[in-house]
Amino acid sequence: MHELAITQTIIDTVAQQANGVPVRRVVLEIGQLAAILPDSIQFCFDVCARDTPLEGATLDIIEIPGRGRCRHCGHEMSLEMPYGICDLCDSLAIDIIAGQDLVIKTMETVLCV
Amino acid sequence: MCVTCGCSDEANPTFTHLAAHTAAATPTHSHVLPDGQVITHSHTQETRQQTHEQHHPSSHAALETAPPPHHPERKQSLQSTALEINVLAKNDLIAAQNRGWFEGRNVLALNLVSSPGAGKTTLLTRTISDLQDRLQFSVIEGDQATAHDAERIRATGCDVVQVNTGTGCHLEAAMIQRGIRSLNPTANSVLMIENVGNLVCPALFDLGERAKVAILSVTEGDDKPIKYPHMFRASSLMLLNKVDLLPYVNFDVDRCIAYARQVNPDIEVFLVSATSGEGLDHWYGWLLETVAAP
Repeated sequence: MHELAITQTIIDTVAQQANGVPVRRVVLEIGQLAAILPDSIQFCFDVCARDTPLEGATLDIIEIPGRGRCRHCGHEMSLEMPYGICDLCDSLAIDIIAGQDLVIKTMETVLCV
Repeated sequence: MCVTCGCSDEANPTFTHLAAHTAAATPTHSHVLPDGQVITHSHTQETRQQTHEQHHPSSHAALETAPPPHHPERKQSLQSTALEINVLAKNDLIAAQNRGWFEGRNVLALNLVSSPGAGKTTLLTRTISDLQDRLQFSVIEGDQATAHDAERIRATGCDVVQVNTGTGCHLEAAMIQRGIRSLNPTANSVLMIENVGNLVCPALFDLGERAKVAILSVTEGDDKPIKYPHMFRASSLMLLNKVDLLPYVNFDVDRCIAYARQVNPDIEVFLVSATSGEGLDHWYGWLLETVAAP
């Protein structure tokens, strides 16, 4: 259940960036090969956001599909697991080139006028 | 068609609505965009319309030209700020500092990972006892609670720090940073980091180690490498432990190694028994070679 610790880090990071201004929305990118469950992050978010500037904020999660590149022939393919087999040369030596990251993309804060 | 916001989910049969569509529970749902991205989100009354327009315009452009009538007008002015912050960056930065510290002193730091009960501590005490005339060791022990393992290590005469993670399920780079400040491993030595017994979370947290060593015992399932691919993908070496028990258990060694290589073609595998001593020479040879060749 590392998602709880990770969600806490997300809340802390955004709260620091928002500098006390209420946050209404956070957009998060989770790679599908990142070993992080979007459902768990979504579940933990509301709980962790309590008593912070993020309380009541919406969390939008964009899942980034996994992609790999064959180390032998350079062919690129989509990956559902953190390993795979090259469609062209049957090699198992696949470097993961996308889908492993966890990035806070944007936050939406209440505009002070 | 989603009853909350009108977005179509007919293109992909795997769309799930995670929460009941009631005002009390924040409704959450997923879509797949034309480029394969999956978006899971919820809508508050204020941000519902804006969420959709900004977030997946391509999926909606074809479906709706005007917002659905049940979307109320936005009440607050909102400012969007691009952050682009990698959530694990803080851990990765400290791990990089640890790695530099180890490299500067030629300390071979190994992150030992396994399920609970695979025999990490027994393997470690045996390794330290057998090699202590040839290598200098220090150990960071990670467990949720108790100093039992650290006491077993200390009995070998080795310097050891116990990290109790409490509710945490893995060690993080900052814990190792504190550990090495306290241990201060000498140059050309080996630092063994025994992670919390868990094949999931420790794969995500770089500690600054030279290599992860996965320990799997033959009393577990032979398909563990493919069931927990992240860990075996991240490991340089797999020690298949308790091989003295092979005659009594239903464990297919070849199948296990094939699964490990499917996940990670570069993984090295040694068959060992920390109790009988079988195969430990290969592991010791690897250790001595790796310390000598930074």
